Amino acid sequence: MLSKRKPGLLTRRQFVAAGALGSAALAIGCKARDRGNWEYLTEEQAKTLTAICDQIVPTDEFPSASQAGVLNYIDRQLMRHYRRHRHAYRHGLEDIETASRKRFGAELISLSQPQQLEIVSDLERLNPSFFNLVRSHTLEGYYGSPRHGGNRDAVSWRMLGLAEPPIRGRAQYDLTKGSSS
Amino acid sequence: MKRVNAVVIGAGAAGGVVAKELAVAGLSVVLLERGKWYTANDCRKDDLRNQRTTLLGNAFGPEDEGNPRVWVDAKGVPHTALASEGGYQNNAACVGGGTLSYGAQAWRYMPQDFRMKSTYGAPVGSSLEDWPISYDDLEPFYEKAEYEIGISGDYSATPFHGPRRRALPMPPVPPGDEFGILEPAAKRLGLHPFHIPMARNSVPYNGRGPCMRCRWCCGFACEVDAKNGSQNTVIPVALGTGNCELRTESMVKEILTDDRGRARGVAYFDSNGHLQEQLSDLVVVSGCAAESARLLLNSKSRLFPDGLGNRHDQVGRNLQGHHYTGAIGYFDFETYDDVGPGASIAISDYNHGTPGLVGGGMLANEFIRLPIHTIDRLPPNTPRWGLKHKQAMRAWHKRSIVIVGPTQQIPSADARVTVDPNVKDKWGLPVVRFSGNVHPHTFDIGEVQANRAEAWLKEAGAIHTSIMAGRPDSVSAGQHQAGTCRMGIDPKASVVNRNCQLHDVDNVFVIDSSVHVTNGGFNPALTIMAIAYFASDALVHNWKGTGFRS
Repeated sequence: MLSKRKPGLLTRRQFVAAGALGSAALAIGCKARDRGNWEYLTEEQAKTLTAICDQIVPTDEFPSASQAGVLNYIDRQLMRHYRRHRHAYRHGLEDIETASRKRFGAELISLSQPQQLEIVSDLERLNPSFFNLVRSHTLEGYYGSPRHGGNRDAVSWRMLGLAEPPIRGRAQYDLTKGSSS
Repeated sequence: MKRVNAVVIGAGAAGGVVAKELAVAGLSVVLLERGKWYTANDCRKDDLRNQRTTLLGNAFGPEDEGNPRVWVDAKGVPHTALASEGGYQNNAACVGGGTLSYGAQAWRYMPQDFRMKSTYGAPVGSSLEDWPISYDDLEPFYEKAEYEIGISGDYSATPFHGPRRRALPMPPVPPGDEFGILEPAAKRLGLHPFHIPMARNSVPYNGRGPCMRCRWCCGFACEVDAKNGSQNTVIPVALGTGNCELRTESMVKEILTDDRGRARGVAYFDSNGHLQEQLSDLVVVSGCAAESARLLLNSKSRLFPDGLGNRHDQVGRNLQGHHYTGAIGYFDFETYDDVGPGASIAISDYNHGTPGLVGGGMLANEFIRLPIHTIDRLPPNTPRWGLKHKQAMRAWHKRSIVIVGPTQQIPSADARVTVDPNVKDKWGLPVVRFSGNVHPHTFDIGEVQANRAEAWLKEAGAIHTSIMAGRPDSVSAGQHQAGTCRMGIDPKASVVNRNCQLHDVDNVFVIDSSVHVTNGGFNPALTIMAIAYFASDALVHNWKGTGFRS
């Protein structure tokens, strides 16, 4: 991403061009639909999804789903392999916001943790097909390969105690492993 | 296009062997493959997109776009499946076929596996039969496959296998921690654990180095090319003779026949989508059980209105795979050593001889598991999400062992491949349609096997266990698919003879798992290769007399 690069690494002309392109893209994005940082999701949808994903993988001494980039994963796949699930996300997220406002009078993300848990538990019971879809995608994004935009810095693999980057060719030199019995 | 002696359709486990054997014998060969040729650089280590975990698609084909299949559920309702979905029963579409990315277990079937009906009698509602060839017929060709493909392992600790003239060419890959935990437990139970035979270099072999024991094994192309499939063994030899031409991204439309009912070649779509004709003296179909049957059924003509070799409505029947069952054990110590391939120890004590059961299957520990595989394999009563699920992932990912096995399926004539009357693929060809289901006795055997796996894990010290044994109500096929062009003596009850030659058309052969009468209680790849050597041997012998020209 150009925006993450240090300006000093670019020539002045590139820098100006990059800045112009960046703000143009942002302006178009805002006008069309409030997509912000997302390829597919709107900011509103992203907020709702953040709340659901973070109930599925909550924060403790290790990051939550959204902190590990699970929304990047889902958002990117809705433009790629999971295009066929767009309809389910659009309607599922809308319905859960409606339920949240009806029950607690506020959007899901602003509710307390116990209230969010209640809403998400209801979702699992009342709309299991959408819940299971989000659950699967959340766990894929959290525990799957970082190459797809989730599992930032392989955080879940480190959490599980897996060497990252992995050790390769160990059997060729470590005789304490793989030579017992 | 120049006429050749043989067209071989499908560059997988069988097609690669056939192409090599014919090319070495001096026949001119065109090897057609619908997929691409991948290499070790395509390993990618992508746990969401490989050939085993296909959440984001198949790494080695086919693509989701334009390659649908149809499966019919127990209520008779048809469903369209994408290539990366379970109902598709995918194997692969690439040079090497399934052998590019398989786990590479390389088993011989046991002598009884070729005589299932004589050994047990056919259960009611089944189509259980004996093979027209025996273990002894195949033994020299098993040996040839073991040496040419390159197999490591050690059978010396088990009496449960057929007679063999030579040991395997390579010693086993050194055992990992799970082997050390499971071996003494199996011995205490009076079982005979041993090293799984694998098409994996444990020492340098065939000009390539040994396994480096990484985490990305079953479902992936091997990063260091230590896993042996047809793509890095027999196919390069075939091409090296100068007699074989490999054409990738070439999809065969139909086998062409003349007005005397003999094959004259094939029509296929080349990599640019142009329809081509390749004329030949003989045609070998090696597309795997689903696609081979589909091609015969799609090869309709005036003399063969129901498809080639299908005069008696046998093509596509007896579809079978393996019914996998087993158990997960959870331990109060670390069992995970991060050393691939993971699968290392097996028992064949339960393949045959249990009163009341028609066969059984091998049991072995599972390939090294990635975190994505653990999310639904946690101890019973673990919540499916939330903090407790996250904690359970931490607690058990490195403290669990899975033992599973391929229960030998009891074949059923109703489990079958036909071609769908409506759905077509991107080339406009009618697609595979699966219908029927698994003979129920298979599930009885599977449950017994799962309990045996659980008992083994408990003996090894598991503090919790869970059983994996379902009763799905659709066909079973998947990567071990077999049976759709049954080998037999009676032309009314089978599709090919013992030499894999169509009963109906003497210059068309089906050489792949389609000819399996039964599918053993083992991974089928080595048997597919052994049959390919066996059938090629007969084919070359007969060729020398006649050239298959009439």
